[in-house]
Amino acid sequence: MIMENVNNSSGMNTESNTHDVLDSDQITNDESWKNKSRHIFIFSSAGKPVYSRYGCEDELVTLFGVMQALVSFVQDNDDAIEAIFFGNKLLVFLIKGPIILVAVSRNKESVKFLVKQLMYVYNQVVSVLTLTRVTRIFEQRLNYDLRRLLAGSERLIDHLLTFTENQPEFLLDGISCLPLSSAVRESISQAIISTCSKIKNLVFAILIANDKLITLIHMKKYVIKPSDLHLIINMVSSFESFKTAESWTPICLPNFDSSGYLHGHVSYLTEECQACLLLLTVDADLFHELSEAKKKITEKLQRNQSINVISNVISNPVLTMNNVNISTVRHFLYKCKKSSHILAPPMPPPYDTPENSIELLQHYQILHSAMKDGSSNLRLIFQQFKTEVMLGYVTEKFELYVTLDPLISKASSTDAVDKLIRWIQKEEDKFFIPHVPNF
Amino acid sequence: MKTIEGKVVVLGAQGVGKTSLVVRYIGKMFSHHISPTIGASFFTCNINVDDTRVRLQVWDTAGQERFRSMAPMYYRNANAALLVFDITQPTSFASIKSWVKELQRNVEEPLVLCVVGNKTDLESQRKVTREEAEQYAISIAATYFESSALNDCGIEDVFLCCASGMITLSQDKLVKTLRVTPLNQEREGSRTHLHQVPTNEKPPLCC
Ligand SMILES: Nc1nc2c(ncn2[C@@H]2O[C@H](COP(=O)(O)OP(=O)(O)O)[C@@H](O)[C@H]2O)c(=O)[nH]1
Ligand SMILES: [Mg+2]
Repeated sequence: MIMENVNNSSGMNTESNTHDVLDSDQITNDESWKNKSRHIFIFSSAGKPVYSRYGCEDELVTLFGVMQALVSFVQDNDDAIEAIFFGNKLLVFLIKGPIILVAVSRNKESVKFLVKQLMYVYNQVVSVLTLTRVTRIFEQRLNYDLRRLLAGSERLIDHLLTFTENQPEFLLDGISCLPLSSAVRESISQAIISTCSKIKNLVFAILIANDKLITLIHMKKYVIKPSDLHLIINMVSSFESFKTAESWTPICLPNFDSSGYLHGHVSYLTEECQACLLLLTVDADLFHELSEAKKKITEKLQRNQSINVISNVISNPVLTMNNVNISTVRHFLYKCKKSSHILAPPMPPPYDTPENSIELLQHYQILHSAMKDGSSNLRLIFQQFKTEVMLGYVTEKFELYVTLDPLISKASSTDAVDKLIRWIQKEEDKFFIPHVPNF
Repeated sequence: MKTIEGKVVVLGAQGVGKTSLVVRYIGKMFSHHISPTIGASFFTCNINVDDTRVRLQVWDTAGQERFRSMAPMYYRNANAALLVFDITQPTSFASIKSWVKELQRNVEEPLVLCVVGNKTDLESQRKVTREEAEQYAISIAATYFESSALNDCGIEDVFLCCASGMITLSQDKLVKTLRVTPLNQEREGSRTHLHQVPTNEKPPLCC
């Protein structure tokens, strides 16, 4: 059910209630949370607070109560609440069994975007606890305070939300790869495969640096979805503690198996080379074997010098818009459809401030949903924004979104995009991993 | 010279300084900005006591509630347990008591138990007295230590106690998990200790 501009004459008085709660001073003396333009709340179907992005959940109990009442009012009518529009705000609901998630935004994101963001947050909760455990807990005690189990994990959700709002990986369901020559990448993969191929029950070996993928090796038949990989990357970058020592960490990948944990051996290659290796297995007793394997892998990478290459790329990023060097092209996002790998250069000036980069990302979002939505099956879009022209182009093989100078003619923009595509194809081997190897 | 290899599990509530203690001892450093442990971290170190080299495999566990059900994986087959609390947090002292109960129920082989009251640099905010903690330690046949990871105080003694406790255990034929092997090669990073059992000497000033 979608409610639009619900007015006071409707039976349930939705607008005025919610509006009051979000805008009045009745709720809390600590008003800092109200100045934020986007909120995320989680609570249980019993109305117990689980998480609030800003402010303290305990001070927001009234608000949680109102939202819970809304949800159950609609549920009583055998419907599910999806979104409420009021004024310049949008509330989006995601109901997942005993867990209810709400996004509040005044940033003109689409309902679809916010639902996807809530889905990520829900998956993060599942990744920490497993679906089995969440379900069992609430079956046993509907009134359970889930914050007890999520203590210490809030930072995972905070970090994930920042990621969803700032990184094109989220928008495009894609993964960025650390640029490496295909020969170097191949030798890294081989070092891992030759060390690990005999280890039973090893499902994934993943090497990442700077939130980018270096290589991923999987057991035959098992693949890993970009959204699960996003959760892995989120975990690694949320916790500095992985840098201090080898860790043995449970992680549930909701799209792989939401019912149970994989056990992860997590460690950085060396102190000098800040690439993080994750060896994920279903066997809880495999730690020492994986620890040995990690040592061997590091030795091999040291012997064949690739560890130095990785360190160099980490400290001197090779991809900037200057390297691309097409004067009318300000920025672009490219996704290879087959691998879901993406190419997203850092945003150059004037887009390198937080506000401008978020705004540009929102333009990409508009373009992206225009290409995807509806039945029109668009292949090419040309859209004029206030300070730039943007172009979306989708083929069998790739998706491309380009930011161009505002005064560019259509003809020269097509020229520029052709040039850009040729540049990407020339560099393809470096930025994408053509086939994902297995053990 | 012979070598024994034993497993040490570090237990206690989140934030009491478990990771800081281990990192201070093994890595010789301290950071105020250490992030919470996820699951558990693994460290190894060697201690020489008289004619025995003790290789400690240290499991530093996460104190968060969500990892509680995973704890058996880390304390199974352990030969020593460090039960760490924060002397300014009475709840963290209560928490080690529940860990001890859990160990008593689930671990069959004898364990070297050390109770560690950490953060002695915060003496002015102390909420758990030395006497109370000592009493408790005696009641469970553990040794009590106080430490400050911040000031690097009292930590060596804790690990030395683990090592010498394990040597004693290894002389007991019933203890099967402690592996005794003749020493064949030097391992780097080992530290040598004369076998000085902590006496009634005055503790260092900061502790
Ligand atoms: N003042 C003081 N702070 C400490 C001491 N040991 C640890 N801390 C701090 O307590 C916090 C938690 O430490 P950590 O080692 O992560 O605790 P853990 O969760 O038990 O592993 C960190 O901010 C540390 O800097 C100490 O001896 N004195
Ligand atoms: Mg810790």
